[in-house]
Amino acid sequence: MSMPSPEQLTWFLLFAPLVATVGILLFTRRRPMASAVLSIAAVSLSFVAAVKLFLVVASGSVVSIPPHVWLAAGPLIVEWGGVVDRLSVLMLLVVTGVGTAIQVYSVGYMRGDSGFPRYFALMSFFTFSMLGIVLAPNFIQMFIFWELVGVSSTLLIGFWFERPAAAAAGVKAFIVNRVGDAGMILGILMVWGYAGSFDFAVLAGKWQGLGLSPVILAAAAGLIFCGAAGKSAQVPLHVWLPDAMEGPTPVSALIHAATMVAAGVYMVCRVAWLMAASPAMMTVIAWTGGLTALMAALIAVTQTDIKRVLAYSTLSQLGYMMLAAGLGGTTEAMFHLTTHAFFKALLFLAAGSVIMALHHEQGIWRMGGLWKRMPLTFIAFLVGTLALSGIWPFSGFYSKDEILLLALEHSPGLLVIGLITAFLTAFYMGRILWVVFFGEPRDADLYGHARESSMVITLPLGLLAVLSVAGGWYSVVPHFLNPGLVTAVPSDKIMAGFLAVPLIGFLLAWRVYGKAPTDDAVLRRILGPVYRWMESKFYFDEMYGWLVVSVQGTIALVCETFDRWILRGVGVGGISGVTRGLGGVVRVIQSGDLRFYLFMAGAGVVALLFWWMRL
Amino acid sequence: MIIGLDHYLAVSAILFGLGLTCILMRRDLLLILMGLEMNLNAANLALVAFSRYGRGADGQVLTLFVIAIAAAEAAVGLAIVVALFKNRRSVNADDFRSLKG
Repeated sequence: MSMPSPEQLTWFLLFAPLVATVGILLFTRRRPMASAVLSIAAVSLSFVAAVKLFLVVASGSVVSIPPHVWLAAGPLIVEWGGVVDRLSVLMLLVVTGVGTAIQVYSVGYMRGDSGFPRYFALMSFFTFSMLGIVLAPNFIQMFIFWELVGVSSTLLIGFWFERPAAAAAGVKAFIVNRVGDAGMILGILMVWGYAGSFDFAVLAGKWQGLGLSPVILAAAAGLIFCGAAGKSAQVPLHVWLPDAMEGPTPVSALIHAATMVAAGVYMVCRVAWLMAASPAMMTVIAWTGGLTALMAALIAVTQTDIKRVLAYSTLSQLGYMMLAAGLGGTTEAMFHLTTHAFFKALLFLAAGSVIMALHHEQGIWRMGGLWKRMPLTFIAFLVGTLALSGIWPFSGFYSKDEILLLALEHSPGLLVIGLITAFLTAFYMGRILWVVFFGEPRDADLYGHARESSMVITLPLGLLAVLSVAGGWYSVVPHFLNPGLVTAVPSDKIMAGFLAVPLIGFLLAWRVYGKAPTDDAVLRRILGPVYRWMESKFYFDEMYGWLVVSVQGTIALVCETFDRWILRGVGVGGISGVTRGLGGVVRVIQSGDLRFYLFMAGAGVVALLFWWMRL
Repeated sequence: MIIGLDHYLAVSAILFGLGLTCILMRRDLLLILMGLEMNLNAANLALVAFSRYGRGADGQVLTLFVIAIAAAEAAVGLAIVVALFKNRRSVNADDFRSLKG
């Protein structure tokens, strides 16, 4: 048997999960275990294929997949193809690797759920869509998979659709993403209108040379960035991600921490040439990222649902990535994306393990002292926390420091934001750690029933923990992405400073939460009204609510009035009324009476005769 | 009094008027058909008169056609009346209004 070519590998990798989805939906809907096996087999085979592709690309050979013309209408030519380069291979590895671990974990987490086969069908479908985004060589193909990811994400958020909150969260995610995607498709059309191509490689070559005005360049980049901001939940389109925690925890880990939300960052890196063409837009992206990072970290400090804290922390880390991308640091952004995928998936899965042990209790103020009961989960969570907070030698330290160094180089303002965020990250993670795993059990009943999860749960945790520790060592990821990279070794003073910031955060968290309090009273007292702002998530949901109700409602009322009275009343109603009235008049002579018809005919002849005579 | 074309045409017109009146006033389909025959014959009379006082035999030829077609028309018309009677047990024209708009 000959080795499959890289092209065959690519297509296999993309379509294996889709085959699993179709297989589950058609054949194994009633057999949970068969469905899980099918789905996991597909994603792990994809992972193997991704590893093979990785080796091919890492050896320096260029994999080119000739595109096929998919549809051509005049100047509009859409191609179907795949792009396998360092950027996409890395992403493929993350998606399939983390995806495999999470799907194995799901077998334990979703056990006994009546929608078990559906869950795995959707997970596979999501994997397929996500791989599609990664492999897309042009805007149209990317947009198609972009939307497929949106759909599968919505379905998974609303997986427990019998719960109104879950169904609403799914719809919210879909609608908020729609806002971003509307901008994105406009941007795509704009790029096509000016450059006449959808293909990334073609566009990258000619976009800068088109001589477009800065306004146009900024508009195109900005519109495309709208899509990224929606998917990667950047301010102000971030409101859907915390609500997305209504989905099953493994879904939160895979989609809303490790992969899908990274799609926006990935796209910004993929179309870096487009963003780089507009320095103004790059600044906007960087500051959007910074603002997201800071704001989400502030909100995370006040949340009492363990998953929501992690959700806001995800927002915050995505902000870091956008910040890096906005400063031109594609490599740094992708590095942090990769390590974040490891440790955030780990944190979510560990949180899921806790939630499961406590019978789906998610409020941190009912937990406590769990490290004795769940030592493996505790260690996993600890590793994730240290990695997320950027403690040496965990992976987050390396990737976050790269970003902070980038900020140090380019923008002092963003560096300050990054450092404050790093401090807050350590603080809220320390808070979670202390409240959940240390101190006294706050709910004796829940604590009494808590036990360590089974192998199928702890094994993926262990795997991800190893990656979270070692993912940043020797800067493997940046060097792979950018072989010519020369890592400037920063001075020890700077490194110590970057390390001190999260340590101070931990220390403070220990001071506030180390003595086993039962609520956030201390912080609430110190921060006063600021705390209320943070707790209410800076009133974004309320603001959108007001926007929808008053602004959109008013516009809708005007439109409705116009539609009802002008369009339907005068327009449609007028035409139909006139027709009906005339019909009524003319209908009178259509009596069906034979003799009357004849009389009319005769009278007509007589009238005609008279007329002729007189002429 | 010399009987000329005008007299023939006058008789023809009176005949036509009688036929039309019959069609308009009567409800019985058979009588309506009879009125129709009278109309046709009024036309025949006019045609023959035109032929007699005009030139050539065109009018007479046309009359022969009209007679032939009138026979065919009577056959078809009566057949329809019979069919209607079979279906509705009536030959009253007012009973057949279902085609009105």
